Amino acid sequence: MSNQYAAAAAAFAKLQEHAQKDWARLKEKPLILIGAATCGRAAGALTLLEEVKNELARLNLDANVLEVGCMGHCYAEPIMVIYNEGFPAICYGYVTEGVGARIVRDYLTEGDPGIEFALAALEPNDMFPTFADFPRGIHENKIVLEQCGFIDPQNIDHYIATGGYAALTKALGMTSEEIITTIKDSGLRGRGGAGFPTGVKWQTCLSAPGTTKYVICNADEGDPGAFMDRTILESNPHLMIEGLAIAALAVGAAKGYVYIRAEYPLAVERVALAIEQARDRGLLGDCILGSNNSLDIEIFQGSGAFVCGEESALIASMEGQPGIPRHRPPFPAQAGLWGQPTIINNVKSLSYVPHIVKNGAAWFTSIGSEKNPGTAIFALAGKVVNTGLAEVPMSTTLNELINEVGSGIAGGKKFKAVQIGGPSGGCLPESAMDTPIDFDSLTQAGAMMGSGGMVVLDEDDCMVEIARFFLDFTQQESCGKCTFCRLGTKHMLDILERITKGQGKPEDIDTLTELAAKVKAGSLCSLGKTAPNPVLSTIKYFREEYEAHINEGRCPSKMCKELIAYYILPDKCERSCDACVGSCPVEAIHDNEDRIKVIDQEKCVKCDSCLVACPPQYKAVVKLSPPHLVLEKDKEYREGKK
Amino acid sequence: MKITEEEKKIAIETTRQLLSTYNDSRGNLIPVLQQVQNKLGYVPAVAMEEAAAHFNVPAVDVYGVITFYNQFRLTPPGKNQVKICMGTACHMRGAHIIQESWERRLNIKMGETTEDREYSLERVACVGCCTMAPVVLINEEVHGKITPTRVDGLIFAHQLDKQKAKEGAAQDE
Repeated sequence: MSNQYAAAAAAFAKLQEHAQKDWARLKEKPLILIGAATCGRAAGALTLLEEVKNELARLNLDANVLEVGCMGHCYAEPIMVIYNEGFPAICYGYVTEGVGARIVRDYLTEGDPGIEFALAALEPNDMFPTFADFPRGIHENKIVLEQCGFIDPQNIDHYIATGGYAALTKALGMTSEEIITTIKDSGLRGRGGAGFPTGVKWQTCLSAPGTTKYVICNADEGDPGAFMDRTILESNPHLMIEGLAIAALAVGAAKGYVYIRAEYPLAVERVALAIEQARDRGLLGDCILGSNNSLDIEIFQGSGAFVCGEESALIASMEGQPGIPRHRPPFPAQAGLWGQPTIINNVKSLSYVPHIVKNGAAWFTSIGSEKNPGTAIFALAGKVVNTGLAEVPMSTTLNELINEVGSGIAGGKKFKAVQIGGPSGGCLPESAMDTPIDFDSLTQAGAMMGSGGMVVLDEDDCMVEIARFFLDFTQQESCGKCTFCRLGTKHMLDILERITKGQGKPEDIDTLTELAAKVKAGSLCSLGKTAPNPVLSTIKYFREEYEAHINEGRCPSKMCKELIAYYILPDKCERSCDACVGSCPVEAIHDNEDRIKVIDQEKCVKCDSCLVACPPQYKAVVKLSPPHLVLEKDKEYREGKK
Repeated sequence: MKITEEEKKIAIETTRQLLSTYNDSRGNLIPVLQQVQNKLGYVPAVAMEEAAAHFNVPAVDVYGVITFYNQFRLTPPGKNQVKICMGTACHMRGAHIIQESWERRLNIKMGETTEDREYSLERVACVGCCTMAPVVLINEEVHGKITPTRVDGLIFAHQLDKQKAKEGAAQDE
């Protein structure tokens, strides 16, 4: 064993040396990084990449340009980083068309780094603030996301040069028990949402009888509002692969799978390439780094079923069946894929593993809280200013995360609630803002950690509508096995739909609560058990909104389409302005005898275009709820004219 | 939507060819069906029958698998597939309004294909681009921060591109 390990360590040292040389060579010239994960691409990163390359060619400048993943600052996409001698490395945000070429030109030819476009510097210096000088930087503690956005995900050498695969090499010299003890001592809890201790799962799989064992990475991130797994896979796929390989070593598996959603084509592409490169380097395949251990990893693409994130459903789909969960026990760790002991871990759980093996269990427990060690990764979206990915220590409070990391609510609006944990989670109001974010506290507050999706809602968001949205989602995604999940959620959805249309009945709230308890009790897997959470938490914290819908036919947030009408305030309308008329897709806006714009309520499709188009200095378009207020306003106007 | 004899023939040939590279282990069923869809854009009944024979299972089992998963299509898609993201962030930022705009412009409902098979309209659960909400995918390309007027713009730009390509092709001749 020790001889073998020495050989593996020597083989790895060679790989590392080569990679580090390559890495050092990169910075001999100016180095430009462009964030081109899916979020960056949606904001135009590929255009920026082309623009920068063209500009360099045009000016005959010599520089290295890399397409990297996402740094987490999605709000400022497209993002570019320039390393150039004489200045600290600078990260630029909102690099829209034309700006990229300008920064490159001014910086590389005239030495003007274009501070006006800079988000922050990457290392401490006397000239610009760094990310650590902002509230976001104070809270953030990047472990899994550390390399994301700074290395080329398509180049294994970058990962190796920045410390990658050292943990796998170290693990080759450890026994299964040693690896599992390290993970157990670290207190790592599964980041897929349930928070089950990872070490215990591995131990169960190791002790299960059978010589053929499997490890599966669950990358079926289906929660609407969550994009952590996608970003990790697109920005640093090797980290997950290394974690998967260590898991395989720990339980003695020779075959691993990555189960990825088909909706993430770029992630699939990057993981496939990463597996191939790792195999080329001898880090996967037969006799890893010359040792006795072998591991082959394959990708299995999901087919668009949310329930397949549940482990027994995931296994069913890999076996060519509809993804229907089954009773547990036996747990997959005892009898999983093809009846063999199988470990299934989320992308994030596996991504912590190399760091824990490398730095030790004590290091991991020193971060976060006692029962929830380590960090948590959140996808901040919705009405918050700084949307994106944030990695903070466990037990950071909601307030810190939303108001400091996320910089509060956009557009001067008021915070209303935060929806955590996707369809399995719940909505927490302002009064819950001091809740520390960890598996236990969130469950107590009536939400759930889930996988880390966090959608911030402001005063314009209707809580009944969001409950309806999630119920609609879970009802469609229910596999149909359990009657309560199949029919109970349908019944709940029907009630919620009626309420949002203003046809609610006074007894509806009680019926919903009652049904919720039954669906929870009568469902086999977590999809059904958690489906009523959004409804229960919104009733608990926002009951008065339900009552306004039911009793007054009014949507307080003016979101439910059937309960609102668009109206143009006559005294604010600028007669010569036609902005709303041009924006209306159905020609519902016309002039009245005073040349003031009027909306034909029969024709109006409530698309919001006129409200957006109305110049901010007039703000003449408003939403009214209930809709009959339009008639009253009209009457008021006519009487005023007389 | 009617499928022609020619299309049927192509479907059978493509499926057989794909099946020949896989053994009959049931675990290969979904990957094969995914490949069929990649090649043809949908999974027609004849392809399901071919797969059923290959894996030694009743055709209805294959049908059960196909209809269980959202990704599979039973009818041919349009040349341009428009997918509207229906994730939480998109929804809260007005995805339903965007959906209605597309439906109105293309004159079809969600899940349908235009008569000329140029566009089809689908919903996807979440593409993970929540920070760019609301999001629409046209084929593989992600477009963020969509408004009803941008829908018009996207269709117009698309038709313009097509016209240019047509003119370019005519010039080459």
